[in-house]
Amino acid sequence: MPIYSSPRRFTRLAVLVAATAVAGGSLAACSGAGGGSGSGGDSKSINVLMVGNSQMTDIQKLTAANFTKDTGIKVNFTVLDENSLRAKVQDDVANKTGAYDVVTIGAYEVPIWSKNGWLHEVSSYAKGDSTFDESDILKPMLTAASGADGKLYGIPFYGESSMLMYRKDLLAAKGLTMPEHPTWDQVAQIAAKVADKSQGIAGICLRGLKGWGEMFAPLTTVVNTFGGTWFDANWNPQVNAPAFTDAVTFYTNLVKQYGEPDPQTSGFTECQNAMGQGKAAMWYDATSGAGKLEDSSQSKVAGKLGFAFAPVNKTQYSGWLWSWDWAMPSTTKKSDSAWKFISWASSKKYENLVGTQLGWSRVPDGKRASTYEIPQYQQATSAYYKLVEESIQNADPANPGVQKRPAIGVQFVDIPEFADLGDKVSEYIDGVLTGSSTVQAALNKGQQDAEAVAKIYRNK
Amino acid sequence: MTAATVEYKSDMAPPVSALPGSSFSSRMKRRMPLLPALLFTIVVTQLPFLYTIYISFIGWDRDHPEFGHKFVGLKNFRAVFSDSALRQAVFTTVRLTVLVVLVAVLLGLSLALLLDRRFPGRGVVRTLLIAPFLIMPMAAALLWKHAFYNAQFGLINAVINGVRGWFGNHTPTSWSILTDHPLLAVAIPLIWQWTPFMMLILLAGLQSQPGDVLEAARVDGATNFQIFRSITLPHLRQYLELSVLLGSIYILQAFDAIYTITRGISNTTNLPFAIFQTQVEAGDYGLTSAEGVVVVVATIVVATFVLRTVSSLFKEEA
Repeated sequence: MPIYSSPRRFTRLAVLVAATAVAGGSLAACSGAGGGSGSGGDSKSINVLMVGNSQMTDIQKLTAANFTKDTGIKVNFTVLDENSLRAKVQDDVANKTGAYDVVTIGAYEVPIWSKNGWLHEVSSYAKGDSTFDESDILKPMLTAASGADGKLYGIPFYGESSMLMYRKDLLAAKGLTMPEHPTWDQVAQIAAKVADKSQGIAGICLRGLKGWGEMFAPLTTVVNTFGGTWFDANWNPQVNAPAFTDAVTFYTNLVKQYGEPDPQTSGFTECQNAMGQGKAAMWYDATSGAGKLEDSSQSKVAGKLGFAFAPVNKTQYSGWLWSWDWAMPSTTKKSDSAWKFISWASSKKYENLVGTQLGWSRVPDGKRASTYEIPQYQQATSAYYKLVEESIQNADPANPGVQKRPAIGVQFVDIPEFADLGDKVSEYIDGVLTGSSTVQAALNKGQQDAEAVAKIYRNK
Repeated sequence: MTAATVEYKSDMAPPVSALPGSSFSSRMKRRMPLLPALLFTIVVTQLPFLYTIYISFIGWDRDHPEFGHKFVGLKNFRAVFSDSALRQAVFTTVRLTVLVVLVAVLLGLSLALLLDRRFPGRGVVRTLLIAPFLIMPMAAALLWKHAFYNAQFGLINAVINGVRGWFGNHTPTSWSILTDHPLLAVAIPLIWQWTPFMMLILLAGLQSQPGDVLEAARVDGATNFQIFRSITLPHLRQYLELSVLLGSIYILQAFDAIYTITRGISNTTNLPFAIFQTQVEAGDYGLTSAEGVVVVVATIVVATFVLRTVSSLFKEEA
């Protein structure tokens, strides 16, 4: 049974289909380019897999002319976005493919992955390296990069907390002032007054994009300060408990009434753009988002911004704690070269290099106490550096809310199931934001998912 | 001409085995050059599939290496069939595929009919029309999400607001395609990308029409519509089937647009995206494999059914 009707016609079709397939294939190849992984056997080259944040793309530019020139070690970078990076690193370390010598991981992964034996400890390197000066690293950052056994498994590259960024000019026009430590009620009142529908200016931009690391980064801090938690100390899920419900009701109402349009599509990047383009009067998000907004070449609102501590309700501080850390998968065979790269990248010398070559507001900050003593850095970030330092020092991953927790983490719960749980519940809450669901229905569903997770731990 | 073709075919069909001296060894010798390709295909497609079937019976949680890899029987498959989110994903996949393929074929057909005529600048127009197909899917999805759909900066709402402005209404619209029609928001970039593909196939079909038949029809006084209805469309049948078939195969796997534009919220999660989430977010390799196996089996069943009953691609022309 031939699959064609006449040979000539089939040939023509085949050529067409083949041509299409080739075009598609070569394009796919383009999109997959950018990897330098797998190859490179000698110890004079290492493979680094990292997230594509601006601090990382900066180091990519500076490595060849500085690190490689000094040490002779060639560095092959692979850069991915945050979601793809997590999946890639996790598959790489969990299945021990050993393609990478250094990877960037976040505060959420360090404790879990170190427990699974996926990471090479770096305490012995850090202690034995006097020029690295471990004592200069901020204490919350060291805690966040440590495993349950107290050893360091990651070296912080930059750290952040969260804060409220606002347009001083828009608030002043309405005769409003922002307290240094605002409450969420005050923020909601100000949002109502500065929101300007006719100009398309949102009162506040808050993340609504699905994802535990997107919507639930700010939202979990709101839950914390409203007195809620994901789980109580005995692993009882509290997702539809009154405090959690109040927080989510408050957050979704604030976004729906005075927030950005299409909140379900707005994550960190979208809100940063809205703020930078003058389309939002306030933004509660990562402290590391401020640098770009204060850079007049990338932002229309540089110089017009004020900064305040993360808004609170029942707690004194509510800022989150996050760091991007360098870590070595346990499969690396080049740990000495890897350490050389890590210690250079997180050194004071590198901060100075970025400051002098690229500008002081681009320094990977938030990890070293000495960074905040540099006069040029203080000058470039005078509007917020003190606030950031104080927020980081006051973020307590072990005790971020009003009750005891079964696992550490300010804006997350440090168990591997949280990524999936947070993603699912944020999807239900997106239903609230788009009007297809209610807070109670969304959180009741979330409670069921949380119960399934809690069972694993209650039985342990 | 028909008679000649039939004769040619009946000559061609049996001869492979009827060649003189075609013993087993000489047949094998002739097939030898094909073996590497066959082996390669088996290694890269069938072995991974067998391994996937194996994993689908294993409890394998990436995030809990301490649990080990245990044989769990049909547990993963029971989880697949009792998952209401996955059933919803099947439904979404069907809706998305039907919507995209139908609209893309219709648009592709009209564009192909236009391009089949001679007019100045036809080459330029054809290149421009093909352009969307050459853009990387991820880039296209990002372009649509930010440049067109964005409620604050996007082109669509800017046009709506501009029109409202002419009528004296200066409040920006609260309408947004992302909130009000999320599945359509995913479908539009896919349609935009795949219309040129359909157009190319159908254009090839149109240009292979025998000119004498068309001319004869015109001499006999047939109108343009009659020619299209009675000659062009029947002639195009195979090309239409091919474009629907290939379009469906590609759109079933749509991923970039969903990942970029909606992240699967508001019932826009299709099967590939749902499986991706099980693997990447939940890290449950056993369940992921079971989902994969079920989808492959279902696809084979559906595809066989469709090909057998609907398509004339696999049949001889009468």
